[in-house]
Amino acid sequence: MKGADEMANLKALAYKLRQDAVDIIMAGGGGHIGGDMSVMEVLTELYFKQMKISPENKDDPDRDRFIMSKGHSMEAFYAVLCQKGFLDLDDVKKRFSQFGSPYIGHPNNKLPGIEMNSGSLGHGLPVAVGMAIAGKMDRRNYRVYVVTGDGELAEGSNWEGFMSGAMYKLDNLCCVIDRNHLQISGPTEDVMALDDLKKKVEAFGWHVLSVDGNDMDALDAAFEDAKKTKGQPTCIIANTTKGKGSSVMENKAEWHHKLPTEEEYRQIIKDLKAKEAELA
Amino acid sequence: MNKIANRKVICDVLIEHAKTDKDIVVLCSDSRGSASLKPFFEAFPEQSVEAGIAEQDLVGIAAGLASCGKKPFAASPASFLTTRSYEQCKVDCAYSDTNVKLIGISGGISYGALGMSHHSAQDIAAMSAIPNMRVYLPSDRFQTAKLMEALLQDKKCAYIRVGRNPVEDVYTEDNCPFNMNKANFLREGSDAALIACGEMVRPCLDAADLLAADGIHVSVVDMYCVKPLDKEAVIKAATNAKLVLTAEEHSPFGGLGSMVSQVVAANVPVKVINVALPDEPVITGTSKEVFQYYGMTGEGIAKRVKEALL
Repeated sequence: MKGADEMANLKALAYKLRQDAVDIIMAGGGGHIGGDMSVMEVLTELYFKQMKISPENKDDPDRDRFIMSKGHSMEAFYAVLCQKGFLDLDDVKKRFSQFGSPYIGHPNNKLPGIEMNSGSLGHGLPVAVGMAIAGKMDRRNYRVYVVTGDGELAEGSNWEGFMSGAMYKLDNLCCVIDRNHLQISGPTEDVMALDDLKKKVEAFGWHVLSVDGNDMDALDAAFEDAKKTKGQPTCIIANTTKGKGSSVMENKAEWHHKLPTEEEYRQIIKDLKAKEAELA
Repeated sequence: MNKIANRKVICDVLIEHAKTDKDIVVLCSDSRGSASLKPFFEAFPEQSVEAGIAEQDLVGIAAGLASCGKKPFAASPASFLTTRSYEQCKVDCAYSDTNVKLIGISGGISYGALGMSHHSAQDIAAMSAIPNMRVYLPSDRFQTAKLMEALLQDKKCAYIRVGRNPVEDVYTEDNCPFNMNKANFLREGSDAALIACGEMVRPCLDAADLLAADGIHVSVVDMYCVKPLDKEAVIKAATNAKLVLTAEEHSPFGGLGSMVSQVVAANVPVKVINVALPDEPVITGTSKEVFQYYGMTGEGIAKRVKEALL
């Protein structure tokens, strides 16, 4: 039952980390809350189950690599890095977005645990391709993970990366798409249609899995499948809910980067705590 | 006339080092032929990456390689490298502080009659404006080799622009002084100071010889290190000079002329004139014909100096 207990703990942890992300946003007076909530199971599964990465091995050439291409989900990333021991949560909450702070709204690789800067969309996948090629050149067995948004896929550079990832048969590369179907202006299918996304990425030569991206068991199975896939990179379309965890913000485009009122904040935390308790 | 282009020298230096350094990686965007890097791809296929006609991917991949300890040299026509993948140069190379060496080939108006789409007359301004990005325009094949040797030793990103065609030598094999980020004084004179980079250094030397025949003695400064600009050299050249002339194969805005003017104005105010390409699509022709038309030759530069000193 160790495995089942571990998964139960991770499921609960994702809701604890959501609370940390919301607290960071409230402390800093802004953030991209909707995408922070949708991507949390993906990050939790990667950092606490899948990846060989810790503060102790952060410079190990064999460590797994992670790139947050949807860099605006930084508050979720901060929550994970704090839980993992790379950063101090109180310090992040105290200084996030403050004058002179290293804790900015997008990944900053001057901080421990962050490999590459992002923020401008469409950068992560090509960089991840480079990291994966380096792993193949040096015959190292680390894996490279990159998380993109779905609206982000309108950037053509992603499709250049899909081409080169397949061309170089990078089976050490896994791209996760946080498919929450919403971007700042509204539904992705209204702004710039992506579907049939699975067929599109498959047509580029990738092994593609489409799973419930807020279901830790489904994600776990998908990442294990990716590790076993040889000769081609894997793309996991993580079908998620933007604002996941509280009815205050679930599936509402305006919560892309809305700052909760005090009343909304109390309700969001109440919802997240209830879910955490239910799963623990 | 020298027959060896700077791009070929880059390939020679990389091949020599790759024999013992397995971390050197060369990347091209369907440009291995125009970059003269085919011999590298043939000699070291395991250390070569073809990105296809996809400059954003080219630079992103290079940054990913660098973050894992590789020493990537990404070569692509300067026009595309510095505009199509400008954001990758800014974010993935300079901002993420990765050891990517960006080789802009066929720089300036090297592609002559192919038109403005293939000209890079904005790359010095664009790349220099990125914090943490260095910009180098070597003046001949000997300096190109020295610059490459120096760049192989450091771990910061840089943009290197070279032209397509062989250029007349400025130095010799035995006499090519090189100190990283220090300009070279090729002539010293007090009537005027000519400060140039890349392919415009040689015409400035020619101009100096023509002027000397008329009793006008000028300094000639090879400012291959456009960023970080050797400010001390600019101040030294401008001090006591009646005139400073800058020459570059670039738009009149934001390049060497602008940078030198800032330093001169703040430290040793004296008249500065900029010899550069016009702010318009350049006239059709070979590099030589275009330079001739716009007075970017020894004769043209000498004429500008004489007119300005009158």
